[in-house]
Amino acid sequence: MSTLTTNYLTPTGREEAWRFTPLHRLGGLLDFDVAVIEGQSLAPTNSLPAGVTFSAIAADGFESEYQPSDAAVIRGREVVSQISLLKVGKEIEVSDPIFLQRQGGENSPSFSRLVISLEPHSRATVVIENQGSVTLGEEIEIRLSAGSNLTFISLQEWERDAIHMAGHHAIIGKDAALTSFEISVGGSLVRLLPTVEYSGPGSSAQLNGLYFATNGQHLENRIHVDHNVPLAKSRVNYKGALAGENARSVWIGDVYIRAAAEGTDTYELNRNLLLSDGARADSVPNLEIETGEIVGAGHASTTGRFDDEQLFYLQSRGVPADIARKLVIRGYFSEILNLIGIPSISERLMDRIDTELEKVGE
Amino acid sequence: MSTLEIKNLQVSVAVEGGFTEILKGVDLTIRSGETHAIMGPNGSGKSTLAYSVAGHPKYTVTGGSVTLDGVDVLAMTVDERARAGLFLAMQYPVEVPGVSVTNFLRTAVTAVRGEAPKVRTWVGEVREAMKALNMDAAFAERNVNEGFSGGEKKRHEILQLELLKPKIAILDETDSGLDVDALRIVSEGVNRVKENSDLGIMLITHYTRILRYIKPDFVHVFAQGRIVEEGGPELADKLEENGYAEYVTA
Repeated sequence: MSTLTTNYLTPTGREEAWRFTPLHRLGGLLDFDVAVIEGQSLAPTNSLPAGVTFSAIAADGFESEYQPSDAAVIRGREVVSQISLLKVGKEIEVSDPIFLQRQGGENSPSFSRLVISLEPHSRATVVIENQGSVTLGEEIEIRLSAGSNLTFISLQEWERDAIHMAGHHAIIGKDAALTSFEISVGGSLVRLLPTVEYSGPGSSAQLNGLYFATNGQHLENRIHVDHNVPLAKSRVNYKGALAGENARSVWIGDVYIRAAAEGTDTYELNRNLLLSDGARADSVPNLEIETGEIVGAGHASTTGRFDDEQLFYLQSRGVPADIARKLVIRGYFSEILNLIGIPSISERLMDRIDTELEKVGE
Repeated sequence: MSTLEIKNLQVSVAVEGGFTEILKGVDLTIRSGETHAIMGPNGSGKSTLAYSVAGHPKYTVTGGSVTLDGVDVLAMTVDERARAGLFLAMQYPVEVPGVSVTNFLRTAVTAVRGEAPKVRTWVGEVREAMKALNMDAAFAERNVNEGFSGGEKKRHEILQLELLKPKIAILDETDSGLDVDALRIVSEGVNRVKENSDLGIMLITHYTRILRYIKPDFVHVFAQGRIVEEGGPELADKLEENGYAEYVTA
């Protein structure tokens, strides 16, 4: 696209949505003097099962089912001409995970769009594997038709110089269910917006997340759950750990229960573990309720230091301090990692966390 | 044959505005095969003695020495002490969320023995040890001490004692919070380890109840940060009748 039909403002840092983000580290993604390109390096790593298709469609004429408000997503829509579409057909149930791999290496700031569409009563697990070095703005639109069930796993295993800003928006249909895992263990700056709205009752979202920030990393998750229909459910559970100088995490959990959303059942939880001085975790749960006719609404946020008593207990059984620390951190993250249900991924992530932890001391 | 030798041990803890001395010169020698009961009122410093020997960072040793077979224990890290042959069964074992008992035991045994146990024999070894302590097999899959009852925590401590086979074990109020059945099972476990490995035991307790199951060779009365009286098993009987009153009002 040639002309700038800008309907958004470049953030100044004073906006609520940007006040925690280091704007000088966005790699030009929101800078109009910097040329950006369309990046399409996402591809299935294995052959797709019957009833599942992956294709490129023209952005012109494609109708998104929601209006984005995030600056990076909006700029991506101006830049991207080809959208990747992963479609799971009606009543197709896929048991093996579908892996979509994105290898980094784009030198210029790039944008990409993916749409994941599950037709009625279908079921699938989709794993996005993000590795390498990128400066990437990304939009993923998840459409869950009635009765469908998606497990969505986005793995940010970037190299340490990667910049990744993403909007992952799900629209969950009647009796449909989304289980998501947003896992960030790499990158220089990762800013994710996992957002959810519903289009029918009986729908549910289980949003899980894990982040491990070390020296100088900025890992941000801004969750927004819009309870706009009756009888929908949401659970949010994000766990983070931070170690090293200027390790930084931001977790925002906005849950909005509209007047129409009677019978809503929601709970969100964020836990942070500070492993060393010089690290900082911001955790801001927000709950806005417009109706009292709900099943439940709550949130909890805790940020604590590493428990030295656990370390002592393990050491008193002969376990050296470095192994004891790893064991405790593995234990802390295991709650989320075990839920993923793909042992090869959990083990790979745990190894990466071990490696990152070892580097902190260097 | 091993000897744990504690000489004139002085220990302080940090409090607001400085340090408070808790142990004021403790002398105690424990050899393989000996059971020493350390008895005393609450707040006398018994647990401080246990944790200081194990190396808890909260306690600062300000004087004296602790050696195991002549080697300076105080110069060792916490895990080095355990690998040298010391074991502390804690009064309040710590929960370690997300770490299964089975993983924990294997990691500890690997560290203490210096090599990973053979998978084939290891599973049977753990199963046997758990069975002897009346522990259900499902226990191994639970997270370390998480949601354990008081009795389960203590059995888990003694299970570790059986598997780690230390030279000297310090049992810090292992009897607290146990009903009679659990006390008997736990005590039998301690006695079994002692028979099999000539373990030396420092048995810290407030009450004489556990001494009916674990027979001490020596009884030491602990009060105000030091040992104030020593004797044989008959001293425990005297404490049973008279309590600690005469040692507290000094």
